[in-house]
Formats: sequence, structure tokens, C-alpha cells
Amino acid sequence: MKTTLAALAATTALIAPGFAEARDVTLETQLKAYGGPGAYVALYVTDAAGKYQGTLWMAGDKAKYYRHLSDWQRLSGGRAAEIDGITGASIGAGKTLKITVDLADTLIDAGYQLHVDTSVEDGRDNPSEIVAPIATEASGKALAGKGYVKSFKITF
Amino acid sequence: MLRRLHSLPGIALAVVLSVTALTGAVLSVEPAIDRLSNPPIPASATVADLAATVAARHETVERIVVRPTGIVTVAYTDGDEAAVERVDPATGAGLGPWQPSGFFRFVTDLHRAFLAGDAGRIAAGGSALAMLAMSVSGLALLLRALGGWRGMLGAVRGPVPQRWHLQAGRFAVVGLLVTSVTGLWMTADTFGLIAQGAVDSPAVSASGGAPAPVGSLKALRETPLAALQRLDFPAAGDPAGLLTLKTSAGEGLVDPATGTLAGFTPAVLPERVQAVVTMLHTGRGLWLVGLLLGLSAAAVPVLGATGLAAWWRRGRDASATATVPADTPDTVILVGSESNTTWGFAKSLQAALGQAGHVVHIAAMNALGPEHLQAERLLILTATYGDGDAPASARRFQARLATLDGRIPYAVLGFGDRTFPDFCGYAATIAAALAEKGWPCLMPLKRIDRQSAQEFAQWGRDLGILLGHPLDLEHVAETARTTVLELAEREDYGAAVGAPVAILRFRAPLQGSRPGRLPKFEAGDLVGILPPGSAMPRFYSLASSTRDGILEICVRLREGGLCSTFLHGLAPGGRIDAFIRDNPSFRPAQGTAPLILIGAGTGIGPLAGFVRANDAGRPVHLYWGGRSPASDFLYEHELAQYLAERRLTTLVTAFSRGPGSPAHVQDRIAADAPRLRELIRHGAQVLVCGGRDMAQSVTHALELVVRPLGLDLATLKSTGRYVEDIY
Repeated sequence: MKTTLAALAATTALIAPGFAEARDVTLETQLKAYGGPGAYVALYVTDAAGKYQGTLWMAGDKAKYYRHLSDWQRLSGGRAAEIDGITGASIGAGKTLKITVDLADTLIDAGYQLHVDTSVEDGRDNPSEIVAPIATEASGKALAGKGYVKSFKITF
Repeated sequence: MLRRLHSLPGIALAVVLSVTALTGAVLSVEPAIDRLSNPPIPASATVADLAATVAARHETVERIVVRPTGIVTVAYTDGDEAAVERVDPATGAGLGPWQPSGFFRFVTDLHRAFLAGDAGRIAAGGSALAMLAMSVSGLALLLRALGGWRGMLGAVRGPVPQRWHLQAGRFAVVGLLVTSVTGLWMTADTFGLIAQGAVDSPAVSASGGAPAPVGSLKALRETPLAALQRLDFPAAGDPAGLLTLKTSAGEGLVDPATGTLAGFTPAVLPERVQAVVTMLHTGRGLWLVGLLLGLSAAAVPVLGATGLAAWWRRGRDASATATVPADTPDTVILVGSESNTTWGFAKSLQAALGQAGHVVHIAAMNALGPEHLQAERLLILTATYGDGDAPASARRFQARLATLDGRIPYAVLGFGDRTFPDFCGYAATIAAALAEKGWPCLMPLKRIDRQSAQEFAQWGRDLGILLGHPLDLEHVAETARTTVLELAEREDYGAAVGAPVAILRFRAPLQGSRPGRLPKFEAGDLVGILPPGSAMPRFYSLASSTRDGILEICVRLREGGLCSTFLHGLAPGGRIDAFIRDNPSFRPAQGTAPLILIGAGTGIGPLAGFVRANDAGRPVHLYWGGRSPASDFLYEHELAQYLAERRLTTLVTAFSRGPGSPAHVQDRIAADAPRLRELIRHGAQVLVCGGRDMAQSVTHALELVVRPLGLDLATLKSTGRYVEDIY
């Protein structure tokens, strides 16, 4: 799916649809076959100091479970406005979430980091299971998570 | 109206509700399994003890959870392995990875979302709402059928699908109310429709000191493990991080250095309510309640099937409609009927009156209006529903009656079953209401027992005398489809004492070379036999059941009796036309409680049948009265054999013309009062079969037996512990 809704630019300031100083970035999150119900997954960006910048995608549509994505909840404040329009279904065990975003050039190779929080009902919560640098040199390199993420990669 | 509100959604949703209920019943077993397969939490264990042992085994512990079922799990990370394990709450030892059952996960998804995501969840919520509506309307109907709250624990009578429906409903209704209300609540909560009333955690941070060993933290030492819901450890390398200690009381923040409670947020009301609702619905933490609710849910498919069968039967019977002649009628017949049998009698009456030259208008009691007062007489034929209530076609009668001015001569004929506590109760209510209104009464209220065509004919003769012309009411039950049976053998008794009695055993005639099939019946049911040349059946109590392979009755020869003369004249191979009528109210109750069987003369028939069927060897005491041991001791040899086989515990006989002092069965009951009292105290059921005079004497004797127990026969009758088959 390609998230280039105009509204996003206003809310997150991360994504600059149609602007020259933006780049198509593909985020691919593949889950392990952990044998359980669908996972809630949050993809969001912090700066080098760990300060929250904005959310790129929220997989899972019931707000009452968002507190299990504890780093996202703590850093973003858990406000509904943070994920307005960028919410999808939870991701089944073994399935892959692939999203493409237009990411502002200023965020690339500038020390920013992409976080992945995961959580499964009756399973465990994995805050910041993945912390990946938003860097062109890391393009296409798969990272493994300790929790439910089998592999995660950013491709520029 | 209420019944339609109950049955229409029930029919439409039977399958959906059954899926939700059956999956719920399956899930109800899970908490019990969890409870049995996991070590219990010792009362002395503290959160600190467990946290210390677990922390010693793992690099990082993120969370300890005590699940509502009592399972303790720990989320941890060792190197690259992030996992959840189950631990023994007593020792803290790991019990392997925590993996919820895939089977129960699938059934859960089927139960709460029909495997269809949010749309399915909404459908499941709708199913809970429908279940709630069905339970409420079902409870109202139950109360109506059983005669209020007092009747709720009593015996349920009626034809089979309806009786089973009432019994299953009575068993399940409370559980279904609980599960449907809590299920609805949970659906609403899932969709965020219930206010959470969340309170922000206090903004406190850790003292910043070096973390102390987790086992030494004061707040954790003071919290029993059994009270814990969740313990969250701070993220590694977060100096401001606190431990979060969640119990049912609320959420505390614990300083990892000092061990003191840095902040506490008490649980708010919505959260507590949600916890109770979830516990009730899932049985997690209340496994026994969960199993009971599961049993209630398992009754739903039974309710669906029996409800459907009862509805179908009603629909099949409901073909009777009112007929309106063009001329002004001189006689109006109003009918109060629940299952349409009374309509059959009303039509017989209408036909006979029509033949005698009357113009007759026939309508439901609900149709009562001022135009009916133009006629010369009003004849009301009505059944009774439940404990003296109006049957379906008479519910609005009294309201309409209240609005009428004017008067008309009337007669009321009630149809009912003498074994019910309030025999023809509604007919009596109507007769009293009309008398109250001051209308002239043509004939006193007459009660017809179990659709007796003879009693109906007698009433017709009385009515004919009043009208000044003969009135022959030959009523034939429309449902009677007869089977041909053949006399296999007979035993004759009583000729010497002037009271010939025959035990007749019939079989189905051979179909070619194969044995024929008997209709389905149980001992205590009735067989209707049509004597040649008569359309009016006579009924006899059955002494055998289908599985005995014969149909056995006991017939006394009555002087001038058309049917008994015919039967006594039958030789083996002779044939009869017969049909079965269920008599479910005259049956031994289920279970192992003792039975006291009392009868005289041919009344022994069904009682001997009950004894014969007593394979389980429950205590059975038979009291029977005859004339002479030498001449009419019916079933003498069989009873001796049943005693030896322990199908029969004791046999007490009384002979009115025997050697020694003559006695009747009621004398034996009076003499055995202490023993009988003891049996009844221990839950014995009394079944009486025989003539009306004998039954009356037995009633008097038994009243004296049970009175010291603070009981009376009316009470025993209403709970099905005293039942009669009287003729």
C-alpha cells in the first residue's frame, strides 16, 4: 500500500507527497509464524536522541489495545490524531506488511531511527523490537527482531 | 403475542444461536482444564519471591502476569530470544514456553466473531442480543406455563416437544441471561462503546538510585502473588523507569531503588465492572460457574430443536377456523383452545345442533362481541392453559366481557386433565365471571377429563333434555389414526367372584413373513380401542411398552359395556383397531427415588408395567387390592418373579373377599403409615391407578400419612410426586 494522502503531510510533517525533496521508501515487515492471533504493529520515527517525530503506520484498529505497544504509546502520547488515516488491519502470523511512504529528504541520513513495536493477544509486548537507522547505506538490509518480527528492511 | 415474539426470532436464528452457544459451551471447559493442569498459587507466595527467582534465571524480565485462571507467565529476553514462559508460582521454576491452545483460539474466534473479523463481532453481538430477548420472553412464557415462580421447581407436563422445551428452558434460562448480558457488554466494550473512565498515571519518576535486588523491594514483598495481575519492569537503561504493579485494587508505581510505592492509581468503577463481566462470561477465575454457564449454553440447540418441533406441531394443528352462517344464529358456541383439540369438540357440537335444526355460530372466545347477545344461548367450550390461565384463543375474553351490556343464558364446558392441580381452572374462572355478571345459567359447569368422548356425550344428553330434543354428541378425535392389532394371548381371572377380568396381549400382525411393528408407547400411556360399529374410542391404560414387543391391557368386563364385551369375546388371532394416546403425566419420575405404586383391580396394569421396566432396581413398593386371592390375583406369578429379580421391593395385597378379615388397599396404606411416611420423606413418588372410588379412599388414607411431614397431597401433586390415572 502507498500512503501518500495529503492529510498525512499536515499531521506528521514526515511525509511530503509530491515534493521534490522527498523520496519513495519501502518498509517491509515480515512476522514469524508464532502461531497466534494477528499482531498489532506500530512503525514510527524518532530522532537520534530518541525523541518521537511521527508515526508511519499502525496495524491494528482497536485503540484499547494500543497501550500494549508501550514505547509508541509512551513516546507519542497515544493520541488518535497521530494515526488518523494510517491505520490498517492487524498482521497475521507469518504474514508481511509492505508499505511505501514518501519520506522527506531531511529525515534521511540525518540520524533518525525507525522503531517497530509489536504485540499479540495472550502473547507478549515487544516495544522497539526493531530500531533501524534511516540511512541509505542500510537500504535493503534485513534486521531480525527478538519478538515477533522475523525480518525488517528499509529500501530506498 | 408473547409466544410469537419468542418463537419467530427463535426459528429464524436457531442455527446462529446454536453456533454461538455450542462454541461457548466448549470454551467454558477451558478454565477448568487450566485450573487442573496448572499448579495452584500458594497463599504465602509474594510477588517479590517470584520476581527474584525469575530475575535470577533470565537476563531481562519484562513482565510477570498472573492470568485470571491462575496461570503465571513471564515475558523475558535472553540474548536474541524474546519469549514468554509459564512458571510454577510456588517455586518460580520455568514450565516451558507459554503457548495458548490453537484449538481454543479457533473456537474463540468462531464464538465471538464467526471467523469474520469486525463484521462477525457485530453479528456475534447481535446474537447475544437475540439470546437476551429469547431468554426474557422465554422466562415470561415459562412463568405462564408453570404457574408463576412457585411452579418453577414443580413438575412439567404436556406433550413431548413442548415439555422438553420447558424443562430445558427452566434449566438454562438463568445461565443464558447471564451469558447474553455479559456477552453484549463485552461486544460493546470491544467497539469502545463503554466509557473506560481511565485516569492518567501520576507523573512520578524514580529516585535515580542504584536499583536494589528485585526480591528486596518492600512494595513487592507486601503484595501476595495471588493478588497480582501484572508486574512490569522498567525498560533496561531507563534511569527514570519504575516498576508497575497492577492488582485488582489498582496500579502502583514502585521505585526500583527504594522499593517504596511512588504513586498509586486506584482501579476505577468501569474497570472493576469490566473485570466482573469478563470473569462471569468467560469463567476465568470462576471455573465452576463457567462450567455451569457452559451447560446452560449447551441446552440451546436442544431448545432450538424442541422449540421448532413444538411450533411445527402447533402449526399443523391450527387449521380450525371459525365459520359464520348467514342466518341469525340461535346458538353461539365460543371456543377457548390452546392446541386446537377443543375446536374438534366444538365442531362436533355444532354439527349435532345443526342436525337438530339449530342455526349455530361458532367463534373463538376472543371474538366475543355485542352481536352474540342476540342469540338465545351461549355455549362456551374452553381448555385451560398452565395453572388456570386462559388458552390462546381466550386471552382477551374477560376484557371483552367487561365491556358488554345485556345478558344471555349460558353454559360452560371445561376441558382439562384431572391429574393437573387446577383441573379446568380457567373454565371455572369463566363460569364464576359470568355468574358474577348475573347472566342466567343454563347448566352448571361441567368438566371433561382428558377429552373423554363419553363425558362429552353425557353433557350433550343433558343439553338435549334442556333443549327438548335428543342430542347425540359422537365426538371422534380427528387425530386418531388406528392400527390393526392381533390378540396374541389372554389370561382370564375373576369369573368365580363374578367380576371377569382379562389380561390381553396384542401384537402387530405379520407383514408377509416379517413381524409387524407396534406403535410407540410406554407403560402408563393409553390405548384407544374402537369397538366394531362405534366411532367412539374407549381408552385403557397400557401395562407394557413398545420394547416389550406386545401391547398389554387389563380389561374388566362391564355389564352392557360395548367395548369390554367385544374385548372379552376375542379369541387369539382376533383383531382390533387401536391408537395410542400419550399420557406423559402418569410416569415414574426420573432418578432413583423410591416409587409407591397403589392400585386396585385392573389398575394394576400400568403399575405392573412400571415394575417390569425397573431394570435399575430402584426401590418400588406395590400396594394392590383385589377381591379374592384364589380368583382375581392379577399378575400373581409375574409379581413373584419381579420380587425375586428385585424389580419389585415389596408387595402388599388386600382382598375384599379373601380368607381372613376382608380388607381394601386403603386399609393397608393406613396400617403401613410410618413406613410410607419415611419413604415420602426421602422423596418417594406416589402413582395411583384404578377406579374413582378407590382413588378417593386412597387419597384420604394418604393425607393422614403425609400430614405429619407438613405436606399435603395438593403440594405433592403440584410437584409431580403424586400422580393418578383414574377412570
